[in-house]
Amino acid sequence: MGLFQKFRDGLRKTQEKLTTEIKRIVTRGPKLDAESLEELEATLISTDIGVDTAVKIVELTKEAAKQSGQVDVFAIARAEIERELSFGESGSSPTVATDTKSGHAAAWPSVLVKAPQPPTVILLAGVNGTGKTTSTAKLAHLLKEQGNTVLLAACDTFRAAAIEQLKIWGQRVGCEVIAGQYGADSAAIAYDAMEAAINRKVDYLIIDTAGRLHTKKNLMEEMKKMHRSLQKKAPTAPHEVLLVLDSTTGTNALNQARTFHQALGVTGLIVTKLDGTAKGGIVVAIARELKIPVKFIGLGEQVDDLQPFDPKQFAEALFAESPETRRM
Amino acid sequence: MFDSLSEKLQAVFKNLRGYGKLTEKNVADALREVRLALLEADVNYKVAKDFIEKTKQRALGQEVLNSVTPGQQIIKIVHDELVALMGEDERQSADKSAHSKAGNWMMVGLHGCGKTTTCGKLAKLLAKQGRKPLLVACDVYRPAAIDQLETLGKQVQIPVFSVRGETDVVKISKQAMSFAQSQERDLVIFDTAGRLHIDQELVQELVHMKEALAPQEILLVADAATGQEAVNIAEHFDKALTITGIVLTKLDGDARGGAALSMRAVTGKPIKFAGVGEKLDDLEPFYAERMAGRILGMGDVVGLVEKAQETFDAEKAEEMQARIADQSLNLEDFLSQLQQLKKLGPLENLLGMLPGMGKMPDLSVGESQLKRIEAIIQSMTPMERRRPEILNAGRRTRIARGSGTSVAEINDLLKQFNAMKKMMKEMGKMQKAMARKGVLPKMRLGR
Repeated sequence: MGLFQKFRDGLRKTQEKLTTEIKRIVTRGPKLDAESLEELEATLISTDIGVDTAVKIVELTKEAAKQSGQVDVFAIARAEIERELSFGESGSSPTVATDTKSGHAAAWPSVLVKAPQPPTVILLAGVNGTGKTTSTAKLAHLLKEQGNTVLLAACDTFRAAAIEQLKIWGQRVGCEVIAGQYGADSAAIAYDAMEAAINRKVDYLIIDTAGRLHTKKNLMEEMKKMHRSLQKKAPTAPHEVLLVLDSTTGTNALNQARTFHQALGVTGLIVTKLDGTAKGGIVVAIARELKIPVKFIGLGEQVDDLQPFDPKQFAEALFAESPETRRM
Repeated sequence: MFDSLSEKLQAVFKNLRGYGKLTEKNVADALREVRLALLEADVNYKVAKDFIEKTKQRALGQEVLNSVTPGQQIIKIVHDELVALMGEDERQSADKSAHSKAGNWMMVGLHGCGKTTTCGKLAKLLAKQGRKPLLVACDVYRPAAIDQLETLGKQVQIPVFSVRGETDVVKISKQAMSFAQSQERDLVIFDTAGRLHIDQELVQELVHMKEALAPQEILLVADAATGQEAVNIAEHFDKALTITGIVLTKLDGDARGGAALSMRAVTGKPIKFAGVGEKLDDLEPFYAERMAGRILGMGDVVGLVEKAQETFDAEKAEEMQARIADQSLNLEDFLSQLQQLKKLGPLENLLGMLPGMGKMPDLSVGESQLKRIEAIIQSMTPMERRRPEILNAGRRTRIARGSGTSVAEINDLLKQFNAMKKMMKEMGKMQKAMARKGVLPKMRLGR
C-alpha cells in the first residue's frame, strides 16, 4: 500500500462531496459575491482546518479573484495548508522521499530526534481513547524494522487491562515490556523502565501513558512528574514527547495540544484513525498556533499502519480535485 | 481563544440600543456571529446553516423585551432553538429505556470513543435502578479488551460473559443470551469492538449481531470532542443499524460538544446518556438545556446547581442563596462553601460548568491551593471571618504565620473573595431582571 493511499481512499467519498460543494459555490455566478465567500468559508471549515485558516484561504481567494477572473480555490487551499504545516518555509519539515520498498525507510531518520547517547526516550501522551497504546506498539515495530532494540514501558496503571493490552502488543512486535501493578505510581515505573533501558543498552525506550483529559489538573501534574522522573537518569530525556490525536476530533484538539504542550513541551503529533473519512484538518490549526509538527499518521489496526507524515501529500489529499472539477 | 458569544453579540448590537424590534439587518449580523460560534463548537457546517435559517425566521420581527438587550434576546432565541432541536428533556427517554422490560442492548462506535467504559458505567447505573444486568464481551479484536470489561465488571459487581478464543461474535451473542436466561439476568449489555463506520466488513458483523439479538437498544457511543466528522459517523451507523440513541462521552473535558447537535440533527435519534468523568458513577442522563449552554459557551449553571444539590443539604443551600442575594456573604460562608465544594469532586469538573470560566484563569485554582485557602481561613478568628474588612497588616501577618502561608497569599485570597462577591451580586441582578421578564428560566433550587 503506497504512502497516503489509504488516507486518500478513506477520504475519497467525503472528498467528492467537498469538491462538488466548492465547485458549486465558485461557479455559481460570474463574480464571487459575499454570500458565496461566506459559504466557501463554511465549506472549508468542514475540513476541521480551523476558522482562522479558513478565513485566510477565503481572503486569498478574494484577492486572487480581484486580480484575475480565474480562481483556483483548490490550489490556494493546498498551498496555504502546506505552508502552515511546514511552518512557512516549504521543505523545512521532514519531507518523505518515497522509498520503493518500505515507503517510509528513506525518510525515517529525519522524523525522530535521536539521543546522542542511547536510549532515545519517547513519551506518548494524549486524552483517552486516541490510540496511545496501539501507536506505542506500531512505533516499536517501525523502530525494530530499522534494526533498533526497543523497550516498552506500561505507564498506564489506571485503565482496566491497559497493561495486558501493551503486553500482548509487546509479544506481537517482540519487545520487552516493563510494567508494574495497577494503581502504581506511573512515575516510578517510568523511572524503573529508564534504568532498565540504560542497563540493557537498548536504542529506544517508548513510554505508554494513561489517557487523560487535558482539563484534569492533577492528572497533568502526574504527567509532569513522570517527565521529571525520566530526567533523573538522563537530563535530556524524554527526547520526543509525542501527542497522540484522534483525527475525528474537532476544534477541541487545539485545546488538547495547547495544554499538553504547556505541561510537557510536545515535540510532535501522531494523528490516528486517518483510514476513516475523518480528515484530521485540525493539525493545520495546531501547526498554525503552536508550531508543532505532525510526525506520524496512523492508518489502521495493523502493526505496520503507522507512516511518517508529509505536509505536501496531506494538503493534496485534503484538497484533491476530481478530474471534472480541475478546470474552474 | 473563544470570546464568549454574548460579548461578540454585544459588539454587534452596541450601536443598536433602543431598537424596538429585531430587524433583518441586525439579526443577520448577530446570526453570523452565532454561526461562527456554532462552527467553532464543531457543529457540522450544514447543520449550522439549516439551524441559522430556522432561527432567523423565528427571530425576525420579534419585539425586544424591555431591559433586555437585543443580543441577549438573540441568545435566548438561539438557546431555545438548540434545546428544541436536541430534544426538550432527554431524561425521560433515558428513564424510559431504563425501565422497559428485559432486553439486549448493543453498544457500538468508533475506536476509543469509550464503549467499554460506558458499558461498565451503564451496568452500574441500571443495577442501581433495580435491573440485573449482564455484560458481554464482544470485542474480539483489540488486545485485552475482554480483560478490560472483566475488570470493570468486577469493579461494579456485575457478571461478565466472555468466550476466550472465540472470534465469531454472533456465536458469543447467542451463548450469552442463553447464559443470561439461566442466570436470570434481565438486561444484557453487549460491548462491541471499535470500528470505522466505513469498514463494510466490520459493520456487517454488527448487522449480523443485531439480527441474532433483536436488541431493544442500539446505542452509538461518541466522543464529545468529535469534529465535523460526527455527521458521517452518525449517518453511517444509523443507516446500517438503525440506532436507537446516542451516548456522548468525555463531557468532563472542555469540548464544546457541537457533535451532539450534528448527530441529533442528521439521525433524529435522541442522546440518551452522557459520560462525565473517569469514575464508574460518572454517567448521567443527557440534558439538552445544559448542552445548549455549553455549545454556546455559556456554561452550565443548571448542571452546577443540580450537582450541588446532590451534595449540599437543601437548607444550607437556601441559606446560602439568601446570603448571596442580600450580599452578606462572608469568609465563614466561603469556608463552608469550600468544604462543600470538596465533596463535589474534582474542581476542574465544576469550573467547566461556570459561565465565562475561560476568561478567569485566576479562579481555576488547583486542589492543593484549596487546602491553603482553607488553612488561611481556619487561622482567622470568627470575628475576622465574619468581617474580613478588619484584617489589618498585623492580623494578616499573624494569619500567615498560623497557616504557614504568606501575606501575599492572604491578600490574593481577599481579592478573590471580593471579586467573587461582586460577581455574585451581578449574577443575582441579572437573574432577577431576566426572571422578571421571563427571558431565562429561573434557576431551580429547591426540588
